[in-house]
This record gives sequence, structure tokens and C-alpha cells, in this order.
Amino acid sequence: MSEKSWKEVPIGGLIVEPGNSKNYKTGSWRSFKPVWYEDRCIQCLACWNSCPEPSIFVVEGKVTGIDYDFCKGCGICAEVCPEKAHAIEMEPEF
Amino acid sequence: MSKIMGLSGNEAVAHAMRQINPDVAAVYPITPQTELMHQFAEFHSDGLVDTELVLVESEHSAMSATVGAAAAGARAMTATSANGLALMWEIVYIASSLRLPIVMPVVNRALSGPINIHCDHSDTMGARDSGWIQIFSENGQEAYDNAVMAVKISENKTILLPTMVTLDGFILSHTLERVEILEDNEVKKFIGEYHPETSLLDVDKPSTYGALDLQDYYFEHKRQQFEAMGNVLPVIEQVSKEYGKLSGRDYGLIEKYRVDDAERVIILMGSSVGTAKDTVDDLRNAGEKVGLIKIRVYRPFPYNALREALKHVKALAVLDRAISFGTFGGPVFTDVRAMLFGNGVSLPMMNYIYGLGGRDIDKAQIRLAFDSLKDVVKTGKVKKEVNFLGLRD
Ligand code: SF4
Ligand code: SF4
Repeated sequence: MSEKSWKEVPIGGLIVEPGNSKNYKTGSWRSFKPVWYEDRCIQCLACWNSCPEPSIFVVEGKVTGIDYDFCKGCGICAEVCPEKAHAIEMEPEF
Repeated sequence: MSKIMGLSGNEAVAHAMRQINPDVAAVYPITPQTELMHQFAEFHSDGLVDTELVLVESEHSAMSATVGAAAAGARAMTATSANGLALMWEIVYIASSLRLPIVMPVVNRALSGPINIHCDHSDTMGARDSGWIQIFSENGQEAYDNAVMAVKISENKTILLPTMVTLDGFILSHTLERVEILEDNEVKKFIGEYHPETSLLDVDKPSTYGALDLQDYYFEHKRQQFEAMGNVLPVIEQVSKEYGKLSGRDYGLIEKYRVDDAERVIILMGSSVGTAKDTVDDLRNAGEKVGLIKIRVYRPFPYNALREALKHVKALAVLDRAISFGTFGGPVFTDVRAMLFGNGVSLPMMNYIYGLGGRDIDKAQIRLAFDSLKDVVKTGKVKKEVNFLGLRD
């Protein structure tokens, strides 16, 4: 989790900055993290097609990485990634 | 300048509330607290306070209304006893986790069942882990003083936690005593005005209270509560000192009574301390080296002060007016043991559970506890750790 320490957040669970939900990086909910290996990727875009967020970065038709700010770690991308490529692996993250 | 009055414990605390003059008070009756809010409502009807009274339909609502008012930026209070506190439970934790400095007198009464309206400490003991500060009172005077001080303690910027000020049901709540109360404006000046940094009604600085807090921050917020609790004891000592200057009564965290050269000591809380002091005097007159320690601040637990006070003691008995099933003795005993163990004080300890459901405690019972420690001093050993006083065997 890339979040703030207990010394930095407002006490009492208060939200003191109105309308800040867009700053809320739901990626912190993740307990498994997809790791993408560019060298093994065959650019089939199955992961991009299946990611429910979407959190697969694609630039000019090519996967370039994963948006960890919002990826929730569901593992669908790793599941759909063709077996022979095996370009995404889920790693535990706490 | 103080005024001397004849007041019951409930009335004394109602006078404290009148002088605190909270913005909002949620009112719901429960024996033996009823008279307290009754008296306060009378002050309200007589136009002596500016408080908005919320007449609620249960204690769950009383605590909810108090939390709502406090979140809106008000100085908010309510009062309860026993099953009323139990019904508040869910919101009791929310008050402390939202860091709302609510002050709530709790008139101690046995928690049902079997149903009973008389004094023991089982109600507030259940709330000892709820994140509230808990201050126990020996008499009506102390209940009054504690209620006034509690406002200043709770609202301290380094704390912002709610406080329960307890007084023993009937024994204190319904007994007339000589009570010195301060001038209204002295209390007003002592507690000052309440200006919270955030509040629901501050439209220029909007804030959200009670938002969902999951795996990512709940833990951090609990750590903050832990930190705030850690700040409490020095603040109480400071506030006690200031209050002492104003009133002539400086209390501190614990009260030591003839402890300095004592070999045998008992620890207890609440109204029985008076009876125990009398017993100590009797035994001292007979040449016995005995003393007692009254715990005033139970949460946070004043471990350093206690450890220091017990250094030279040879045998100790902890008297608990509550029972804790499935643990090792009563709650105060368990705390004292845990505090001493591993801290270089090896002290043989006995536990006496007493006074449940309003069972009277008298000097003979307390003497029995002291007498049983003689053998412990001699042998350094405790035969039976958990015992009962005033129980028919
Ligand atoms: S783990 Fe789920 S959310 Fe994250 S990139 Fe893969 S498919 Fe999208
Ligand atoms: S599914 Fe696998 S191989 Fe296909 S684009 Fe995504 S990472 Fe590359």
C-alpha cells in the first residue's frame, strides 16, 4: 500500500477535503498484484479486453503496463493471458 | 469562591452539568441515573441553561443524538446506567472512534441479569476497551469535580476522546452529602469555550463524518486512538493541578492513603474507598502497617503511578466490584497483575470480588481482606488468588 501513515491522516476517519473521492486510489484494496513481463508478451490484448477496471495501459495498440492506482487485483488478466505467453503473474501484496 | 450545598451525587453532577451548560444534552431515564437528568431538565425548565434538550426514546438514540450533536460541533452530554449503557454499545464505540469529546456521567449499576438496580461496576467495566476515558468517583464531591474536569480533559487538542465519569448507584447517586460547588463563572472560565477544528455545520470547511474505512486506513485510525489515549494521563495530571488551584481539591490519577510505610495494601475504586479508609485508620490505630490505593482514573490505566506506589509493599489485595467470567479474577485485579508482571515488581496478590448487585460492604469485610494478607507477608505466597467478600458460602 502506498498510502499515508497514521500520523498524516485526519483523526476520526474524517474526510476534510470535499469531493476527494476521485483521488481515492482503489488500487490499495488489492491483495494480489499482476506483474507484466514485456519480453514474454505477444500483444494479443486479451488482458486489455477483459480487465474490468480498465487498468491495462495501451498506447498505439500495444500493452505498456498496468495502472496500479486502480487495478483491484482480480487476476482476470493473468487468467486470460495465453498459456504459451504467460506474460502476467499474480504476486501477493500486503 | 465555593458554595457549600447539601446534594445527592446525582444532584451534584446535575449542578456540574448546569455550570458546564452544554449546547446539547440527550435525556433518557434509567435507574439510578434518572434523578440526575431530571434535575438537569429542571434547570433547563427554569431557564438556567442554554442547552437544547433532546428527549429521546432509548439509550441507543441518546448516544446517537449526542454523537450527532458533537459531530455538528456542539458540546454534547448525556448520562446513563447499566443496561442503558449496554443499549448504547454500538454508538459508544463510534463516539470514541470519531474522536468526539463527549462527557457522560454513568451511575454505576449492576448489569442484568438477574435484573438488579443496585451498585456494582459491571456496566462501565464492559466499556473499558471502548476508547473512552473512565474516571471513578469516591463521593458526590468527586463526582462533581470529575464532571467539570472531564470536559477540559476530553476537549484537550491532543486527546479528543469521550469520558465516562462514574459514580456508584444509590450509594452516591441518592445519598445527600456536603458538596462544595464552584461559582458558575469559575467553571465557565475553567472549561473555556469549545471550538472544534472540524464540524458538520462548518459549511466553509465541509467535512464528512463516519465514512467507510476499510483495510487501507481503519488500522491507522485505531493507532491514532491508541496514541490519543497515551496522551491522557499527563493531561489529567495537568488539569487536576489547575483545578486544584481553583477549588483546593487536587486529585491526580490515584490517591494513596497511608501507603508510604505500609506493608499490606488494598486497591479499590468508587464509594467503598471511604469505608476502606476508615478501616485503615482502625488498623493503623492498632499498630498495623496497612494502607490503600484508590484508582481514580481507570482508563487509561495509571500503570506508572501504581507501580511507583507499590514498590515497597509486601502483599496486595485488589478489590473488584465486578466479576469477569472466564478470566483470571476481576478486571482491576487482572490489570494490576498485568501491569506488575515483567516490570520488576514481584508482589504476591490476592483478588476479592465484592459488592455485586449492591451487596453492602462494611469494615469487617475489608478488615478480613487485610487480615488475610498477614499470612501472605509471612510466607510470600498466596493460597487462593480469587476470593469473594460478603458472599454466603
Ligand atoms: S488484476 Fe484485474 S483489475 Fe488488475 S489489471 Fe488484471 S484484470 Fe485489470
Ligand atoms: S494477455 Fe498476455 S500476452 Fe496478451 S497482451 Fe496481455 S500480457 Fe500480453
